[in-house]
Amino acid sequence: MTRPLLELRALRVHFPVYSGLIRRRLAGTVRAVDGVSLDVAPGETVGLVGESGCGKSTLARAVVRLVPCTGGTVSFEGREISAMREPAFRALRPRLQLIFQDPYASLNPRMTVFDALAEPLRVHGLADGRDVRRRVSDLMELVGLAPRFMRKYPHEFSGGQRQRIAIARALALEPRLVIADEPVSALDVSVQAQILNLIARLREQMGLTLLFIAHDLSVVHYLSHRIAVMYLGRLVELGPASEVFYRPRHPYTRALISAIPVPDPVKEKTRQRVALHDEPASALNPPSGCAFRPRCPWAEPRCAEIVPPLESCGEGHQAACIRLEDI
Amino acid sequence: MPLLDVHELTTHFHTREGVVRAVNGVSFRVEPGETIGIVGESGSGKTVASLSLLGLIPSPPGRIEKGTAVFDGVDLLACGAQTLRSIRGRAISMIFQDPMTALNPFMRIGDQLMEPLRVHEGVSRREARAQAAEMLRLVGIQDGARNLDAWPHEFSGGMRQRVMIAMALITRPHLLIADEPTTALDVTIQAQILELLARLQRELGMAVILITHDLGVVARVCRRLYVMYAGQVMESASTDELFARPQHPYTEALLQSLPSTHVKGEPLHTIPGLPPDLIAPIAGCPFAPRCAKATDRCGRGTPALQEIAPGRATACFRVQDGEL
Repeated sequence: MTRPLLELRALRVHFPVYSGLIRRRLAGTVRAVDGVSLDVAPGETVGLVGESGCGKSTLARAVVRLVPCTGGTVSFEGREISAMREPAFRALRPRLQLIFQDPYASLNPRMTVFDALAEPLRVHGLADGRDVRRRVSDLMELVGLAPRFMRKYPHEFSGGQRQRIAIARALALEPRLVIADEPVSALDVSVQAQILNLIARLREQMGLTLLFIAHDLSVVHYLSHRIAVMYLGRLVELGPASEVFYRPRHPYTRALISAIPVPDPVKEKTRQRVALHDEPASALNPPSGCAFRPRCPWAEPRCAEIVPPLESCGEGHQAACIRLEDI
Repeated sequence: MPLLDVHELTTHFHTREGVVRAVNGVSFRVEPGETIGIVGESGSGKTVASLSLLGLIPSPPGRIEKGTAVFDGVDLLACGAQTLRSIRGRAISMIFQDPMTALNPFMRIGDQLMEPLRVHEGVSRREARAQAAEMLRLVGIQDGARNLDAWPHEFSGGMRQRVMIAMALITRPHLLIADEPTTALDVTIQAQILELLARLQRELGMAVILITHDLGVVARVCRRLYVMYAGQVMESASTDELFARPQHPYTEALLQSLPSTHVKGEPLHTIPGLPPDLIAPIAGCPFAPRCAKATDRCGRGTPALQEIAPGRATACFRVQDGEL
């Protein structure tokens, strides 16, 4: 078996929370990511889903060292990057790129498309002089933008076009791994379809490995080989995309899938929904045992005692619930 | 008799760059107690149309150019600011997408909830407080009395949206306009809020206009739908009919572009191009430049929304002529 391109081992990102204005004291710890282990094989697309505050974006940022890990390791191409010195990390950083949700915020409004795309090429010394112009024009064509627009500014483009620019910028350095954090959530349905097709095409064309983060399970299912489901800093389910989507095992995944409104009124009338109590607990003060317990319709006293580990429940399929057998 | 009958509503914004034709001759109606959906992508005019009804369009630059909106015998567009103020927040309430910006961060939850009662119905403070606590309980916030003294920032997004709903419903309105009420929320919370809305609607017997871009949400809760594009209604039908047999090419293309209607791995259907710039005058059908089924005819004259079967209407020449 080939070695995974990206390996997360018991990754933890904890943030200290202080209170008091003058005499600051530690008030607690937000366990944003709390022991996540995940492999992404070369050429594979793994979808990471979860609701707001579950830690999925923090995980993405920890992989590229935008936030420091407080425990565990991140390895890329077999080398541990979480312990690497800055120059060594910077040398491999081109092969590891991030696309953000909001193309309005992630592009510098004072830079033209040309500047935005030329910057990474120049910084990493991949092109100079006349070559830059040609590369920028190729990149724009790659993502379906006419090169004649290269002197325009981000505000002159629509949301979908801006996301194309952001994608082109991430691909400028020919990365091996792209982490896309909610790349289509801010877009309208018809534009979302265009961008999803673009991502799928580029993935084939460039042999990209993708960690695709989203809260919309139907989008994630459409694009991913495997799906990882996150709840309050931990993975609660991991498996082949269609298995997780059509035969979810963990109570949270079941609730999540049953809560997605299906654009089909006939199905909507007959669907059974898993009713949840309450709202997610805070990562500042997670409940004991299984973090999903207070909302889970199947919870029993035992669930408060142990933090359930991921256990195999099928071919390449794992879930973290002590009641898997009974439900 | 419909509770609300909107006819040919037209709202334009007169900006320095030109006239933005945000809403162009939109007609729809709401029967007492029913839930209708207005669906469309961003910029389709769905929010401007609903704000126009309540006199909430900033003017200038906005101006309601023509149309009528008869609610309970009163034309909302012609009745004047004072009458409108007595209707808004009492007989018609509205909830918005983002509960953080719609709640006043400097006012306790309880005071915000009590405000409509105090303003519209002159209820005493003590009575208003009791009703506010009762309303919080109705929207599923336990320990209402204690939460009345909380500040908005102490609540999660889902809780804030419940407060918004409580605030909108505290005067027991006949009509609730809900503009993307669950878009900012997670799906499990969205499901809870939609169920809450449906339950309260049954209990209070009010009508709801749900404005959203989410076709899944309307499929779940709406009885009838209006599909908007570029400031116009393209198609209206019962929810079941619209999903089973979309007639307008835009509706059809929109439904086809959803990932959930595709086999995994096959390319998604897309609608080429972009919605039109509403500053530039549009000749013909606004969807024609992106429509796979457009002919020369579609560029000449704007198709009006016409009934093609009982309870169904489309604004497409080719459907009206029986060609599609």
